[in-house]
Amino acid sequence: MTTTAIPVTSRKDWSSDQEVRWCPGCGDYSILAAVQMLMPDLGVRRENTVFLSGIGCAARFPYYMNTYGMHSIHGRAPAIATGLATSRPDLDVWVISGDGDSLSIGGNHLIHALRRNVRINILMFNNQIYGLTKGQYSPTSEVAKVTKSTPFGSLDTPFNPVSLALGAEATFVARTHDMDRAHMQETFRRAHEHNGAAFVEVMQNCNVFNDGAFEKITGKEVRSNMLIPLKHGEPIVFGEEGQERGVAQRSDGGLEIVNVGEAGTAGLLVHDEQRDDPGLAFALSRLSRGPYEPTPIGIFRAVERPEYGTQMSQQIVQAQEKRGVGDLADLLRSGSSWTVD
Amino acid sequence: MARGTQHETAQLDQVIVRFAGDSGDGMQLTGDRFTTSSALLGNDMSTFPDFPAEIRAPAGTMNGVSAFQVHISDHDILTPGDSPNVLVAMNPAALRANIGLMDKGTILIINTDAFEERNLAKAGYAENPLTDGSLSAYTVYEVPMTSITQEVCKEAGVKPRDAERSKNFFALGLVSWLYTRPIEPTLEWIATRFGAKPQVAEANTRAFRAGFDFGETAELFESNYEVRPATFEPGEYVQVTGNQAMAWGLIAGARLAGLPLFLGSYPITPASDILHELSRRKEFGIRTFQAEDEIAGIGAALGASFGGALGVTTTSGPGLDLKSETVGLAINLELPLVIVDVQRGGPSTGLPTKTEQADLLHAMYGRHGEAPLPIIAPQNPSDCFAIAIEAVRLAVKYRTPVIVLSDGYLANGAEPWKLPDLDSFEPIEPNFASEPNHMEEDGTASFWPYVRDPETLARPWAPPGLPGLEHRIGGLEKADGSGNVSYDGVNHERMVHLRRDKIAGIAKDIPLLEVNDESGDAQLLLVSWGSTYAAVAAGVKRVRARGMKVAHAHLRHLHPFPSNLGEVLGHYSQVMVPEINLGQLSRILRSEFLVDAKSMNKMQGVPFRVGEIESAITMLLGGNA
Repeated sequence: MTTTAIPVTSRKDWSSDQEVRWCPGCGDYSILAAVQMLMPDLGVRRENTVFLSGIGCAARFPYYMNTYGMHSIHGRAPAIATGLATSRPDLDVWVISGDGDSLSIGGNHLIHALRRNVRINILMFNNQIYGLTKGQYSPTSEVAKVTKSTPFGSLDTPFNPVSLALGAEATFVARTHDMDRAHMQETFRRAHEHNGAAFVEVMQNCNVFNDGAFEKITGKEVRSNMLIPLKHGEPIVFGEEGQERGVAQRSDGGLEIVNVGEAGTAGLLVHDEQRDDPGLAFALSRLSRGPYEPTPIGIFRAVERPEYGTQMSQQIVQAQEKRGVGDLADLLRSGSSWTVD
Repeated sequence: MARGTQHETAQLDQVIVRFAGDSGDGMQLTGDRFTTSSALLGNDMSTFPDFPAEIRAPAGTMNGVSAFQVHISDHDILTPGDSPNVLVAMNPAALRANIGLMDKGTILIINTDAFEERNLAKAGYAENPLTDGSLSAYTVYEVPMTSITQEVCKEAGVKPRDAERSKNFFALGLVSWLYTRPIEPTLEWIATRFGAKPQVAEANTRAFRAGFDFGETAELFESNYEVRPATFEPGEYVQVTGNQAMAWGLIAGARLAGLPLFLGSYPITPASDILHELSRRKEFGIRTFQAEDEIAGIGAALGASFGGALGVTTTSGPGLDLKSETVGLAINLELPLVIVDVQRGGPSTGLPTKTEQADLLHAMYGRHGEAPLPIIAPQNPSDCFAIAIEAVRLAVKYRTPVIVLSDGYLANGAEPWKLPDLDSFEPIEPNFASEPNHMEEDGTASFWPYVRDPETLARPWAPPGLPGLEHRIGGLEKADGSGNVSYDGVNHERMVHLRRDKIAGIAKDIPLLEVNDESGDAQLLLVSWGSTYAAVAAGVKRVRARGMKVAHAHLRHLHPFPSNLGEVLGHYSQVMVPEINLGQLSRILRSEFLVDAKSMNKMQGVPFRVGEIESAITMLLGGNA
């Protein structure tokens, strides 16, 4: 391992020589740019950074990063990342995924990686559609979605990715969107700093198969009234000056959006991302029923829990302290042995 | 040891004992203890645990019968034996399920306490076989094992219901007396194993002693028997099962390669014991990961290999199905990976606890696209050690997933194993990439992940961590050399050829096939693979003793084959391949070498009997017999 100072780098150093092949106008470009521009600020080495992915449009991401990388198979990246991150605790491991990859075919791996708290950063690009296979509904598509595979409308109730991650015992859960580079970078930085599994939903526009899916909340004109920024330790407020609204807890424990002018600031919910009980974070994730109602973004939950790979390594150290480093010759004689002269 | 004088001790050169009872009766443990004391006595031995998939099927029924067969001898033996000389039947179902295996004149030791109306009905006996004369052709010893056990335990304050559970130790004691096994190892074992539960230890000790004393004092047995130690090559021996040897071989292989071992696995019968064994050995720096499913097990192992560890996954048939896609990815990524498939009866859930060899074609062809990989198989339980090391060698040297085909019989079967000289194994050189290997047009040095070693065609293995070697790999087709994504048809064809040639080239790196052809002019060749080795070798020995000429060759490498296989096959006018499947190897031999390889099949969840091989050879040789 190198011990020299971490070299100063720029976006160019983190960009591979491969031509980026997403559709023109795809939200993935802005996410890629946000990541490539953030990496030089994270104080990490390219050679110790790995981007892993499964299948889907988002999964091409590793090819565009000048780091170590693997474009694997559909849905399995969290499992592959678990093996890599636990056996190589020195690496910074990022998983790039989409809503189909993470929540449909790879749902099982996602929830288990989250509950185990393996030190990986999972960025899930949610565009509510299957893009690479040219436009079928996804597990985050709204009910009654008309697509090529659902000409009469989809029947499935969608997953809420943040709710799902919270339910899977995730220690870090956040949401951001492809229209706000600064917010993405701050969210990704926090995910990177988290010692455990970090899950970030990135609301991302697929301009070819599901254009404008998030426009009602992320559009420049509506954003301030439709996105609810979560800031740790601060009352949850949003909206343009003079028309601020906020989130308050009702007497039955549920959350509601109130008009700050009428209700005052005293009763507003103060966001606490470190609450051990995920109940309030879960309630926040349910505040909007879809990307047409005011929707919280930012960090829902960031709590500390022992990291999986660290514990795995500790068990080895403890076993070696107790029994000494394993000796193969002794191992073969661990049952009864006898000698023939 | 006290020894009665009223009995004679007769000499036997070998004996096959089968313990049978309910799943909850502890028959596996009883058989295992008998095996260990025989091994310590210096006998050669071979075991065959035969149990149902249910942990506790309804008590007393045929479905719940669990058996353990052990063959001990004073000479070199290969198999757990065809027909038992002694059957210990703890209840009517155990008798009924196993009586078909017993030749006339053999010994039945029966727990008469269990032969009451309810149990007889559960086993489907209309009449009590102990009284209806149906067992007149056998030597039957009727012993009230349950009631004696309860009696001797009562004095120690053990309740009858708890004492009843110790009756297997009574049976073990009785059979130990019958075959003059030393009692000390078992008494010591009971003390250690049940040390935390003194009352259980006391009950088992009393039951065991009572069984032994019963043999000595009851005037039931005319004599007891002695099976003298076998002549072994000098050396240190242990008793080992296939799963144990496989786990140890993986540890040894990782050591020889200087790589940390990472096991990603999901519990599945009959492979779980490898996971258990490796999980216990963290002092070797092993990371074991019980994944959420079979796919994650192999995925995590592959991720670990990408990071420079030795990734291993262990499974059985249903798990191999699920892993197929990741195996294909590993073939495309060209990363080392060891996949151990402990085969069991299929398809689907099939026969989880019974052996079969029917995954060969799956291992060979069970992936989409042209996706070759090396396949090897151990020939007996202890060979799992060396085969695991060979798997590591091939995986690391050729940057490829390797499938090891063990099976349920090898996995659970035990035999004596002369400990190998650990220094005799060659180190395995991981040969990690250490510097850029390509010059760009502008003169800058870069790293190309698919530049191949001209000798092995293996690509460089460059785990993350070295500056200047950053690279991306993936499941998409890649350009030869640079590894960049390429959809070019001509390049794809070249890559298909390269992946094939790399694996085919391993033939130059494995031993030539040896043929055991004693007379040198046999016309018939038997080809075995995996666990059929034992029955075939024993069968060949038997027919030769009758003057027949037959050759035997055993394949440890199934893909690629040893380079002289075609020549060997061509040398014989008749070729026969006994397999625990519908003829999978014979099909491959026929298609690869255009030989009329005859297939001999058995799919009953048990290995071939030596007698079956013997008759098949005799029939094939016809007039020569």
